Parts: sequence; structure tokens; C-alpha cells
Amino acid sequence: MDFILAQLECVETREELQRTSEALRDFCGVDHLIYHWVNSNGEQWGCGTYPPDWVQRYIEKGYLKIDPVIQGCYRHFHPVDWKSLDWSGKAVRAFLQDAIDHGIGNQGYSIPIRGPNGQFALFTVSHHASDDDWASFTEANRRDLILLAHYFNHKALELEPGRTPEPAQALSPREVEAITLLAVGYSRAQVADALSISEHTVRVYIESARFKLGALNTTHAVARAMARGLIVV
Amino acid sequence: MIQYLYADQLSSFPALARAMFRDRADQFATRLKWAVEVDAQGEERDEYDALNPLYVIWETSAGGHGGSMRLMPTVGRTMVNDHFSHLTDGVRIESPFIWECTRFCLARDAGPGVAAALMLAGGEVMRGFGVEHYVGVFDARMVRIYRMIGASPEIVGSQGTGADRISVGLWDFTPEAQARVAQRAGVSPELSRHWFERAFGGAGPARGDMRAA
Repeated sequence: MDFILAQLECVETREELQRTSEALRDFCGVDHLIYHWVNSNGEQWGCGTYPPDWVQRYIEKGYLKIDPVIQGCYRHFHPVDWKSLDWSGKAVRAFLQDAIDHGIGNQGYSIPIRGPNGQFALFTVSHHASDDDWASFTEANRRDLILLAHYFNHKALELEPGRTPEPAQALSPREVEAITLLAVGYSRAQVADALSISEHTVRVYIESARFKLGALNTTHAVARAMARGLIVV
Repeated sequence: MIQYLYADQLSSFPALARAMFRDRADQFATRLKWAVEVDAQGEERDEYDALNPLYVIWETSAGGHGGSMRLMPTVGRTMVNDHFSHLTDGVRIESPFIWECTRFCLARDAGPGVAAALMLAGGEVMRGFGVEHYVGVFDARMVRIYRMIGASPEIVGSQGTGADRISVGLWDFTPEAQARVAQRAGVSPELSRHWFERAFGGAGPARGDMRAA
């Protein structure tokens, strides 16, 4: 996983992001991984592993208008298992059958992301699996998938043509202190003690710092903070 | 019962929505005297209501508003990061696993279980969507109410004194806390789960549809 994230971090073009989506799909062990965004001007962009003939067909048939995944996720922010959506309409059932015939899979999990200035993105994995197997997969991997979705979106935003890059997310002095103490081997309880804040507060500060560093876990966050020269131990 | 409604779904529940925004005006403007904006219809809204937040609402058996709270992910704009970072050691709290809970409001005539039922619903959101913490802004009176229902937040920082004290706090939700809150709410965990799944789908009929297709 660290390797995939490192690869994502280094992406500099949309072609590379496309290749990273394929690597991520293989890493996740699912049939497909797809990323799609709409910005405030209604411009769309996507990448991922859906077969080109399916993407073509999706556009030609105007499936965007009936796709329950889009309808259920747009402007919202909770992750959605496709099973929880309403697939009961006739047109929707035909759409689902068409998708399955094109190898999209009978299961999916989509993570909506609301970015800055009205940007909306959807990060999806889809697969052929039984309900039980899929439930085990999403339960075991939900956390990583949510993080990947956000980091993927972050990178896609960076690559948006004409965009002025946002300054790298700075850590506050408190977050730097917490990460530094973790780096020198303090436990969270010891960090809390040293900073005179509760352990719960420490957990939240570390969680925030991890996210800003684009890390999956604390070890990874410490490594990244050191690599970027944010902490010195 | 609990309703989970994004702002863009409120139009299907116009009376409930009106009652919620009026009760918010009553709580935050009339009773707490916070500097909030109340419109000509007597409804309180702020800029965050325009960002399509998720409302968790206790709907009374008569279809009225018993209480509510407003949830937003901290990866977008939040009240805590925009206005209260001096109470969080200057840390911008930002993670898909930390959501902000604000405008926790109880109707004047709310029954004793309403606050607990809302907290219980907050627990459903955590379990269902992988949320690990809430960060919230609340007044001194809510501190007592949260304590009473057995779901006290960890206070990170406060400003003001006495009744005017405003705090930023954190919640996580252990199974023990959940059991305690369910008891205070007088709502069984099964019923609580049912309300959540009715709103967001779950092991409902959609499963069968999916397989059949």
C-alpha cells in the first residue's frame, strides 16, 4: 500500500494518474476502479479501468441521468454500497444488466468527495462477487478506500489544467509536536501527557496530521513528515 | 423517530424543515442569545446550511420537530476550522473520519429521550460510514445535557464564562456509551439501526433486486 501511495504522490500527468488507477485496481484485487469528477463549471473528467466500449455506451445512452450511483451520491458525502441504492425501476434494471454484460461487476462501492469550490468527485471500486464476499471486502477495506479516494482526488485537483496549485497543507505547531514525539517513540498516552492534552485530543490531532500528510497510518505519517523536513528528530 | 436528511432532501419534508429552523432560532437566538441570523419567517440558518449538510432529526409522533443536529465532513468547510481554531490549539481538524456536529438543538417541549436518541443516531452514522470522531461546538447548557445522557464530549477548548461559555469538544462512541445512550433514549439498538437503514438502504429489498438482475 505504501508503494502505491508513493506512486500516486509522484504522479505529474493525467496519463500517469490513469496508469496509477490501473495499478491501484490490481492492488485492491477488484475488477474495476474508476474516478470521475465534475467541477463547478460542469466540466467533467475521469480515469479508471472501465472498458472503453462501456464508457462510450454510458455516454451515448445518457446513463448519467438514470445511474442510481450518481443519483445517490451527487452532492452527498457518505460512502455508498451499490446494494443500498434503489435498482427497482425498469430502466435502471436494464442499465444494471447492461453494465454487468460489459463486465463492470454486480457489486460496487462508491465514495463521494466534495472538493473546493463546488468540485464533486466519485471514487468507485466494482467487482463480481457474492453479497457476503463483497460485504467482507468493503468492511475490511473501507478505511483504506476512503483515504485512497481523497488522496486520488487531491492529486486529480493538482493536475487540473489552469489551476494554481494550493500551498502544501501546513501542519500546525501542535501537530508537529505530536508527530515529533511519536517519531521518537512516545506512545499516544505519553504524547498526551507531554502536551497536557487528553489522549482523545491527541488521537484527533494525529488523525488530522496523517490526512494532511497523505498517509495511511501513523508510521507512514512520521516517515512523510521527516522526508518533508517538517519534523527533526 | 429519527430522520436522516441532506439539505437537498428537506424539500420533501417542508413542515419538519420549517419547524427545525424555527426551533433553532428559538434555541440559539431567543434562549442562548447567540449572534445568529433569523429571517423574516423566524428561521435560523447560517452559511453552512447552504453546503448541503446532513441533518439528523427527531420527528415526533405528530410529525413535529423534537430536536436535530447538523453533520458535515471536516474535509470541507467547517465551523470549527473557520471560526474556532483558537480553541483547538490552532489545529485545523481535517479528516474523512472526523465529522463536525453543530447546531445541536432541542425543541422547548422535547421529551427526555430526544437528546439521547440523536446521539444514538450519531453512533449509527459512525458505524455505517466509518466515522471515528465528531468534533462539535456547543454551549454550557449542552455540556450538562450530554453528561446527563451519558455521552460527554472531551472538551478541547472553551471561551467565555458561565452560561455564555462556548466549547469545542470531541466524541468517539464506544459500545458501552452506545448501550448507555440507547437506554436513556428508550430506543432499542434494533430500532435505531432500522431508522438508519431506512434512510440509507442496507440489507433491504434492494439486495434481492441486485441479485435478480
